[in-house]
Amino acid sequence: MAAATSQAVRFRRGITLPIFLLIAWEVSSRSGLADPRFLPSLENVALTAKRELIDNNLFGDLAYSLMRNLAGFLIGSALGVGFATLLALSRIADRLVMPTFNAVKQISLLAWIPLISVWFGFGEQAKIVFVALAAFIPIVLNTYDGMRAAPADLLEVGRALKFRPHQRALRIYIPSAMPAIATGVHLGLIYSWLATVGAEYFLAVGPGIGGLVIAGRERFDMAMVMVGVFILGLVGFSLNRLAYSLEAYLLRWRPRQVR
Amino acid sequence: MAVISEFFGHARLRPRKRLLGRLGTGATALVLPVAILTLWWVASDRGWLPQQILPAPAYVYEMARDMIASGEILYHTGVSLRRVIIGFAIGAALGLSLGIAMGLSEVVEDYAKPLFLAFAQIPTLGWIPLLMLLVGIDETLKIIIIAKGAFVPMAMNTFTGIRNVSPRYIEVGHALRFSRWQQLRLIILPAAIPSIFTGIRYGLTHSWTSLVGVELLASSEGLGYLLVWGRQMFWLDTVIIAMIAIGIVGFVMDKGLNSTEHLIQRWKKGEA
Repeated sequence: MAAATSQAVRFRRGITLPIFLLIAWEVSSRSGLADPRFLPSLENVALTAKRELIDNNLFGDLAYSLMRNLAGFLIGSALGVGFATLLALSRIADRLVMPTFNAVKQISLLAWIPLISVWFGFGEQAKIVFVALAAFIPIVLNTYDGMRAAPADLLEVGRALKFRPHQRALRIYIPSAMPAIATGVHLGLIYSWLATVGAEYFLAVGPGIGGLVIAGRERFDMAMVMVGVFILGLVGFSLNRLAYSLEAYLLRWRPRQVR
Repeated sequence: MAVISEFFGHARLRPRKRLLGRLGTGATALVLPVAILTLWWVASDRGWLPQQILPAPAYVYEMARDMIASGEILYHTGVSLRRVIIGFAIGAALGLSLGIAMGLSEVVEDYAKPLFLAFAQIPTLGWIPLLMLLVGIDETLKIIIIAKGAFVPMAMNTFTGIRNVSPRYIEVGHALRFSRWQQLRLIILPAAIPSIFTGIRYGLTHSWTSLVGVELLASSEGLGYLLVWGRQMFWLDTVIIAMIAIGIVGFVMDKGLNSTEHLIQRWKKGEA
């Protein structure tokens, strides 16, 4: 069934709607059917993009956002894997900490922002703390699940060989949880980008893509908002792709699973 | 549950005496919260941190009692819940329809999926400023944002659920000369239900997160507003109470979905 439809036909179908929408956009904005303040013409958006890119150093903003994202993500994922390993190694720590962690994770991520802004201010530190938190939670959950599912016979071998805790962690738990950790890292990467955007919206001090969007809204500059939102999407998309290749790389030793 | 029994079964293998072995799971779970509470109480009692940074637990407790008694917290929770329910219902219905349409017809998939994927790439938070310019900061904005949060996972999971229905089931349908409608109602949808439920779960979680986001940015009532307001007045007790309320609602929704899912699965087993 699928083979019958050629790649070219599928491609043609795929671009039909977007092209149609673009034409409708351009026509309604040119003809005055829609208020150009709400729907700026494509040319206007392109000009704004050029202005922001070349004159207003959009790449600088983007670099700031990405740095924050990366810093928070690295801190959050390192802490997350460490924390989950600790819980997997020690049953006491697990029983002491996990219920509280499960309760705390129910709090919607963005709800942390006001508290974080009181404790860490509106600067870089607060943003990185928030991004780290966003990466931390999914990575802990997935790593923990992965380690809990470590094969019992491997653990028994470990006991027979009198493995020390660090050996158990490095030789049994972490390798066998690798697929789960990769999933966690993937989610963490996506969440940390969301958190970066959120942090820049709500803790709006300093350069960044989120700040650009907010500034565009305040100036009622629809074209600027559109450029910003487009870039948000583009970065999210690239990060997702990056996560996929990272996952494939981390799991390269594993034979292809037939699902 | 399986995890817990597995882990207890495992624990019995080890002869070593454990410190917390005799305490029940419930009691062990409470150790950390109690420790944190004690530390918090001592810290604020000794004045290690200013009140604005860390209010005394007694303050928070009193404030919580006041807010519950005056109906304030209930009111804001109600406002937020109403928004989520409406937005989620709209978004989930649209997502379900698109998912079914794309799942059943390859032509629809070819036309709609690339645009849908592009649309899904932009985080919900990204849409907020754009929509604020388009529709203002009224109720409409919140409903649209929440609906978008539910729409994407719902459409995606419904689509994969339908596509992953085993061809054997469909063959059975052909053999029984089912009409298209019977095929859909008796074979495809029941088989896709677990995946659709995953969509509902993610959709509801996303809706709830989006709600907090949109209420933080533009609202004059609701739990998110309570957060911003408490933050601006430096009433950390209000902020903490709002966070707890958000956590409780999230927890209850999660549990509710869990038991609904179990109920539906049981019904499926009973039928089979």
